[in-house]
Amino acid sequence: MDLNNLTINKVHNALLKKEFSTLELVNNYLEKIKKDDSKISAFLTFEEKTAIKEAKKVDDLIAKNSEKVPILAGIPLAIKDNIMVEGIKTTCGSYILKDYKSCYEATCVKKLRKLGSIILGKTNLDEFAMGASTEYSAFFPTKNPHDLKRVPGGSSGGSAAAVSANLCLASLGSDTGGSIRQPASFCGVVGLKPTYGAVSRYGLVAFASSLDQIGPITKTIEDAEIIFEAISGKDPLDSTSVDFKSQNSNFDLNFDLKDLHIGVPKEYFVKGIDKDVEEIIRKAIKKIEAAGAKIEEISLYHTKYVIPTYYLIATSEASANLARYDGIKYGLSEQKSDNLMDVYLKTRGRGFGREVKRRIMLGTYALSSGYYDAYYLKAQKMRILIKNDFEKAFKKVDVIFSPVSPTAAFKIGEKTKDPLSMYLADIFTASVNLAGLPALSVPVGYNDNNLPVGLQIIGKPFEEKKILKIGRFYE
Amino acid sequence: MISEKEVKHIALLARVELKGEEVIKFQKELSAILDFFETLKEVDTSKVDYDFHLLKDYFLKSVELMREDIFEPKSQEIAKKLMELAPQKEGNYIKIKAVF
Repeated sequence: MDLNNLTINKVHNALLKKEFSTLELVNNYLEKIKKDDSKISAFLTFEEKTAIKEAKKVDDLIAKNSEKVPILAGIPLAIKDNIMVEGIKTTCGSYILKDYKSCYEATCVKKLRKLGSIILGKTNLDEFAMGASTEYSAFFPTKNPHDLKRVPGGSSGGSAAAVSANLCLASLGSDTGGSIRQPASFCGVVGLKPTYGAVSRYGLVAFASSLDQIGPITKTIEDAEIIFEAISGKDPLDSTSVDFKSQNSNFDLNFDLKDLHIGVPKEYFVKGIDKDVEEIIRKAIKKIEAAGAKIEEISLYHTKYVIPTYYLIATSEASANLARYDGIKYGLSEQKSDNLMDVYLKTRGRGFGREVKRRIMLGTYALSSGYYDAYYLKAQKMRILIKNDFEKAFKKVDVIFSPVSPTAAFKIGEKTKDPLSMYLADIFTASVNLAGLPALSVPVGYNDNNLPVGLQIIGKPFEEKKILKIGRFYE
Repeated sequence: MISEKEVKHIALLARVELKGEEVIKFQKELSAILDFFETLKEVDTSKVDYDFHLLKDYFLKSVELMREDIFEPKSQEIAKKLMELAPQKEGNYIKIKAVF
């Protein structure tokens, strides 16, 4: 079995034609994980026993009634370890949750399991999804399958590396400021960050609730679309989720390419972007222009202010969201304490890593009395201006093309000494979360070091189908 | 540059205990990041109309965020599972250290 060539559709057809069984498929992946994950370190938890049990169930279903087998039945998946899978650990890559066992299931996981998908394990991430390299995991860093000395990106680095190295067929990640798209770009795979509200966040451990979204990381755009379809929709358990089926576009790549207006923001091609990345992205844009699409330069005027705005809002929301880790209800609890305050201080002082502490403190500062107007309120107003930039641009163009990241995968240890340099890695992706838009990362080339580079395709709200179809142009 | 005293105050507000040398390190790092945030001062936002409820409509135009204020009973099983996670218990209660 050549795992590299498998897609969801191919597996589905092979299972129905009995070319191989689900059990054989799952065993192949488990063997591959045993062989290669010691080098890549994509997984935090393995679900071997349950995976085998579930595989047998899918085989029974196929034997009984092959007409009623959902397309996702038997598909081996990996889930980022900040998304709850009932009965197994959800660590968030943090020491404070290292033994935490999920007592309920995320809506997206529930939907995938109901369709018969098989979970092989939980993947590594920057602690609480705060980072762009997976080096901030409390347990170990994940390596980039294209070059083991380099990072896979982050925070969904384990999920992207696992897909790239064929340790699973597809995975779920979460994206607050680029955490699906940037690792997808670094690992040469497809990553979709859906519109805010398109996928239920129930069971996703909250980092910044106005920015977080769950989305698929896959080898092909078709696979991303299949998983997105399965996990999206209104969920009564997440009041911000939206029933948007009616808003999907009927865009047809074969017929409509010549009417497609693509915006390219001039502010994204200035200082700070690697020359080889710029060249690859420009070439990709030329290619679709040659096929008939119209390219227009647009302005996202406030781009320069995206990173400070994003980090003020994300850290403020994080400081409130992470207040729940108090050593009282669950997780690490430092009992050698004199009083309640001491339990809080010691549990959180010991349980959180440096980056998480940094962000909680930044957020606490931005929200504290006397600074609220200058920082948090200012950032909220900036967010409106940044969103207005996109709305203005989308009056002229249908989609926006940009690099995913200013660089290809960087070396392990290159950015951890200077936290601010790590923040700047989010420059082209964080704006999309601030505006709540959908965006796709699709591989379009390799740089001189043979590292993959991704193109970002940003769409109007709930136009996931359209950006996915446009992305197919590059496959 | 924020002061050492400020770093300690923020850490206390954030309920995070810092060990000796951590205070100095965070002082440097947080100061550098806060300096970077200062660039936002370049932008005049005095005419941007903002209040939280407005922002909610702005981002989620078509969404009914509120449900009816009714009691929805959950199974005892969930309560049991949640209680199992508590580090310190007495009977069916979560036990905490003395406040003072």
